[in-house]
Amino acid sequence: MRPLKIAEGIYDVGVKDWNIRDFHGYSTYMGTSYNAFLIVDDDKVVLIDTVKEPFTDQLMENIQKVIDPKKIDFIVSNHAEMDHSGALPKILHRIGADKPVYCSKMGERALSAHFNTKKINYQVVKPGTEMKLGKRTLSFIEARMLHWPDSMFTYIKEDGILFSSDAFGQHYASHENFDDEMGEGLFEHAKKYFANILLPFAPRILKLLESVEAMDLTLNMICPDHGILWRKHPEKIIQRYGEWARQETREKAIVIYDTMWNSTEKMAKEIVDGISYTGVEVIPMSVRNWHRSDVVTELLDAKALVVGSPTLNNGIFPTLCDVLSYIKGLKPCGKLGAAFGSYGWSGEAVKILNKELDIMGFERIDDGLRALYVPDEKALTEAYGYGVRIGKAIKSQG
Amino acid sequence: MKKYECSICGYVYDPEEGDTENDIKPGTAFEDLPDEWLCPICGVGKSEFEEA
Ligand SMILES: [Fe+2]
Ligand SMILES: [Fe+2]
Repeated sequence: MRPLKIAEGIYDVGVKDWNIRDFHGYSTYMGTSYNAFLIVDDDKVVLIDTVKEPFTDQLMENIQKVIDPKKIDFIVSNHAEMDHSGALPKILHRIGADKPVYCSKMGERALSAHFNTKKINYQVVKPGTEMKLGKRTLSFIEARMLHWPDSMFTYIKEDGILFSSDAFGQHYASHENFDDEMGEGLFEHAKKYFANILLPFAPRILKLLESVEAMDLTLNMICPDHGILWRKHPEKIIQRYGEWARQETREKAIVIYDTMWNSTEKMAKEIVDGISYTGVEVIPMSVRNWHRSDVVTELLDAKALVVGSPTLNNGIFPTLCDVLSYIKGLKPCGKLGAAFGSYGWSGEAVKILNKELDIMGFERIDDGLRALYVPDEKALTEAYGYGVRIGKAIKSQG
Repeated sequence: MKKYECSICGYVYDPEEGDTENDIKPGTAFEDLPDEWLCPICGVGKSEFEEA
């Protein structure tokens, strides 16, 4: 139910998007939510972030259930991306077009580029600036590149609540609203979010976690702009972010492949069995069936990426180009790599895959494995042996 | 040698440290970075940098 009271005078007035299944190329099997927060204090009424544009009316209704929206004194925009800013111009139109919008320096730049036809009263806040609302004080924390240049966090010291924008969020819509209403499965959604959205900025996240620790903030609650709010154990998600940002891995490999006449798939199966024989956890992933966003989620804590493609028109399969280009952009670090594939005559695919692995900075265990047309008994045994070698290479990194 | 800051993401190029991940040796002045050098955090070019 929204509005959702999260503390005295503080409400989540955002919207659940139950039906979205593709969030700019990220598969959202459970939908998502656009959380927005209304703070009603003695002197000021504040809205932190808005929602995706088509949900503007729902946001307005939710606000209306708490207070007359015209009473909102100003809006804080923690992040300019349209899932949180889309409703901004219409909301301003309804609450008073000249009401200030507090944002970071880069936020002003990004928002004005999004809403270039609108005259909006942007007020740039510096990190550390404090604003009295009555009983409460708002302050702003620099969170540049987490995950856009404009990103910032808003904090209320009296309640120890951190409004963390996209960080610590999950694309997950459910009847539950808080971490204590959920089991461990919640972390899988948070992990997917991290792997797909925040991974490129892992080193920055480590720095941010350090500086947040140094600030010694009381954190009773972390409220991200998507999904479940952390009120019982906010420290748990901070701890996971540390592990994920350090890119800690398990003895685990993922084998991603596509296949033309099942030859590369046969190789994949043997490689998977070989890896499994060494006791290393392994997931075979046909990229026809596994969405790229799930592939990177599984890659996050894997030690090795094994890639297979047949040679098609002197190149690799387009499905693998999709996944590899996506992985590359997310900049995973510290992985082992291996390539394989069947071919008919020229057989360039493995060489191309090797190059892709090199560009990503993965340590290749060797130059890969190829099989002519349809792998025979000998080629299958070789593939199994290759899997064993990959497994052993992972184990030796222990 | 002067430090330069990326106006987009806030990364600071420190010539004393260089950018070893991208083969820029410590001691390389900002002016001597190759034209195709990109901000290691957000990927914009040298023209987006300002003296820190
Ligand atoms: Fe975002
Ligand atoms: Fe978002």
